Amino acid sequence: MARFAIRRLAGMVLVLFAVSVLVFAIFNLIPNSDPAQRMAGKNADATLVKSIEEDWGFDEPVWVQYGSMMEKLFTGELISYGDQLNVVDRIVEGLPATFSLGIGAAVIWLFFGVLFGYLSGTRAGGWLDRALTVGSVAGISIPVFLIATLFLYFLTYKIELFPASGYVPLEEDPIQWAYHLILPWFTLAILNIGFYSRVLRSSMLNVMNEDYVRTARAKGLDENRVMVRHVLRNSLIPIVTLFGLDFGATIFGGAIITEVIFSLGGVGQYSAEAITNLDLPPLMAVTFFGAFFVVLFNALTDIVYAYLDPRIRLGASAQ
Amino acid sequence: MASGDPLIEVTDLVKHFPIKSGLLIDREVDQVRAVDGISFNVASGQTLGLVGESGSGKSTACRAMLQLLKPTSGSVRFEGQEISGLSRREMRPLRRQMQMIFQDPYASLNPRKRVGQIVGSPLQLQGIASGAELRKQVQELLERVGLSSEHYDRYPHEFSGGQRQRIGIARAIALKPKLVVADEPVSALDVSIQAQIVNLLDDLQDELGLTYVFVAHDIGVVRHVSDRIAVMHDGKIVEEGNADQVCERPADPYTKKLLAAVPIPDPRESRARRQATLRSA
Amino acid sequence: MSEPLLSVEDLRVGFTTEGGRLQAVDGVSFGVAPGEVLAIVGESGSGKSVTAQTILGLTRSPNATIEGSVRLRGTELVDAGEAELRQVRGAQIGMVFQDPMTSLNPVYRVGGQIVEAIRAHGSDTSKEAARERAIELLDSVGIVDAERRVDDYPHEFSGGMRQRAMIAMALALEPEVLIADEPTTALDVTIQAQILRLLEGLNRERNLATILITHDLGVVAEVADRVLVMYAGRVVEEGALDEIFYDPQHPYTWGLLGSLSRIDRPRPHRLPQISGAPPSLISLPEGCAFRTRCPHEFAKCSQQPPLEAKLADGAGHADRCWLDLERKREKRQVGGRIGLEAPS
Repeated sequence: MARFAIRRLAGMVLVLFAVSVLVFAIFNLIPNSDPAQRMAGKNADATLVKSIEEDWGFDEPVWVQYGSMMEKLFTGELISYGDQLNVVDRIVEGLPATFSLGIGAAVIWLFFGVLFGYLSGTRAGGWLDRALTVGSVAGISIPVFLIATLFLYFLTYKIELFPASGYVPLEEDPIQWAYHLILPWFTLAILNIGFYSRVLRSSMLNVMNEDYVRTARAKGLDENRVMVRHVLRNSLIPIVTLFGLDFGATIFGGAIITEVIFSLGGVGQYSAEAITNLDLPPLMAVTFFGAFFVVLFNALTDIVYAYLDPRIRLGASAQ
Repeated sequence: MASGDPLIEVTDLVKHFPIKSGLLIDREVDQVRAVDGISFNVASGQTLGLVGESGSGKSTACRAMLQLLKPTSGSVRFEGQEISGLSRREMRPLRRQMQMIFQDPYASLNPRKRVGQIVGSPLQLQGIASGAELRKQVQELLERVGLSSEHYDRYPHEFSGGQRQRIGIARAIALKPKLVVADEPVSALDVSIQAQIVNLLDDLQDELGLTYVFVAHDIGVVRHVSDRIAVMHDGKIVEEGNADQVCERPADPYTKKLLAAVPIPDPRESRARRQATLRSA
Repeated sequence: MSEPLLSVEDLRVGFTTEGGRLQAVDGVSFGVAPGEVLAIVGESGSGKSVTAQTILGLTRSPNATIEGSVRLRGTELVDAGEAELRQVRGAQIGMVFQDPMTSLNPVYRVGGQIVEAIRAHGSDTSKEAARERAIELLDSVGIVDAERRVDDYPHEFSGGMRQRAMIAMALALEPEVLIADEPTTALDVTIQAQILRLLEGLNRERNLATILITHDLGVVAEVADRVLVMYAGRVVEEGALDEIFYDPQHPYTWGLLGSLSRIDRPRPHRLPQISGAPPSLISLPEGCAFRTRCPHEFAKCSQQPPLEAKLADGAGHADRCWLDLERKREKRQVGGRIGLEAPS
């Protein structure tokens, strides 16, 4: 176990380093991204641009800039080029909204994804299965912004059932908090519900043909027990893998479109603004922390996976 | 070469698989000694039966012998030439002379290719024939193994296990090899079909002057086809000798145990044997 | 002769598949007496596994048609409800399958799976008591250090141990009948010998009626009391062990016996074989299903499927072949032993 943790940690350091270098390099190669120019404004003259460059250190060699940016990132002193505000502070401000959105949506999509997948799998070929299949495919195919727009149109405009935008912090008013998040939660979850239910259905159909399911029946177990303890339990393994990756990606600003459309003011929205303004520091920070979460969740997924399937033991040598 | 000269000589063949473990970088901590120093010869035109249970290393030994796996150490001489340690390019012309038949007729044929392609591809790859000539040669091969030339355009899934094994055999003899290594060629087949395939292999050996290494866990089948038998256990050869002798007068305790475990399909003999064991226990 | 404990009468199992209708079992009848070992022999497509699984209702599915009768001490099982069938499974009839690696759930401990079997039938056995019982069971089938092994996962057991565990699990509730579907086919020959000894011992000690499905006549000779030979879904011959081996009446049985390679006899020049291959169950030949491979075929064989012919002297020795008795005894001698003519 210790061996596993150390290797993962070492891997994480490498990944984060590579990601940060990549983002930095891309940013420096994009046309029109010269920060000094952008800061100076449209009709700036050369001297203004030059002085900004000196102040901010844009005239230094690339690797020095990289180094100093990373230093500032770790000491929490990274300043955005766009609005001159501290990047890390802004990110921390946006975390509650992003986490609320991500965790809530994840709970919803796991619950409904597993439920629909189970129903489809146990009644494969029946009308319920067909109906759910159509629904799943629709959920996967309809783009997030379209779902969001449809929700907004029908449920906040036509019928004023839900608020159209804004985030209310949990401590302030839990009811309002949830009320404002319902539409965003479902917007984000629908895609994954469709996807997960398909994966579970397919996994269950495979597992149902396994010999040990036949043994379970031959022992005289009732059908429910066979389905849940033997079929479902083994079918969940691919779901766990997927979830680990999806959640890690979503939790730190992966839900950009949803946040923007519903104006939730989270990390995703912040990164959307940064992208529009070609503002490197926020992008670097968000990407960096996002990568961190993805790698972390990857490792956690592997640990859970080993727990679920005893044939896999972390860092074990050949038996 | 004169019949009776060894076609293939294996000396101290070793194949170890490393077990890796480590903190940051994998280091070899132990080995799986799949083949732990075996030696045998097979004379031209003869059949060597290699018997062993699962984990004995017999399949690994075959692959190491044919250089499909790189041996850890040891020597393999084919027609007097050392082939262990040859590069892939150097091995290529020799591959024509040594072919393999595999166990699982359902897994060893590419389901996406037609039978004609499967049997013909060795001929094509080695540049021996192409086009209409290729087709003709393949059809001849199919007939020789008991299939019909009209099977040329069919897919593997249209055939039974025994027929698929025939296809595998046709592929193996396409290049007119000198040595054919058969790795459990009949284990996955029904008993009545096993006899057919064994007889086919016998016939082909006489017609084409083939030399066989026949690997199996069923000592009854092995004994029928072999001139000599080598018994493998835990990566080593524990006994080797004339087939009848090994089966009738085994010297090694493991061989004795193996033979004693084979059920005799004769109720009276079976009862008699068990009485004898009880009395001597 | 004692009353049959389990009796199967005119069992028919058909499946509707994409390729057409497939008759896997076509009118099979037999009985098993208490404590008797019945071996069902056949090759792929013979219907032996489907027969065995149908006894426990494991083949029930929307595209399966099951007709006929399976009676356990008088209770009809073919049309029994699911609840009733579940009571029979494990408690009155236990079953062991071919591949113990895939027949045990890899994510649960072996002990846990046995405990599940013990507690499956609504009994009030506590978890602790069930666990104790599981340890006892593992010990009784010859697993060393059962106290520790009970918490292992299937992949930590060797092949032979897994099969022993499966047998222990099947017998956990002390059923009167054990169905073993090719229990040793996936095992090494030395392990097979051990498992056969175990099954024999259990049969003797507990008067356990055993239905043993196999394709290996050597296994049959070692443990069976009676033998049923199946081909293409039908029973072609049945009788006592010695009758089948020394006085076989059906050409297919001759062929099976003839194609054996015996290590205790000098080897024949050529291994006698049965030509052709088992038929497709979707398009069976008219009349006798074996006739396309039988060198003794004559006109009547293609007209109707042979009826059961009982031998006057054999108590329960019967077969389905149109040849008459003298011809059979003469035709089955090939080269000094019993066999089917080998093609020249």
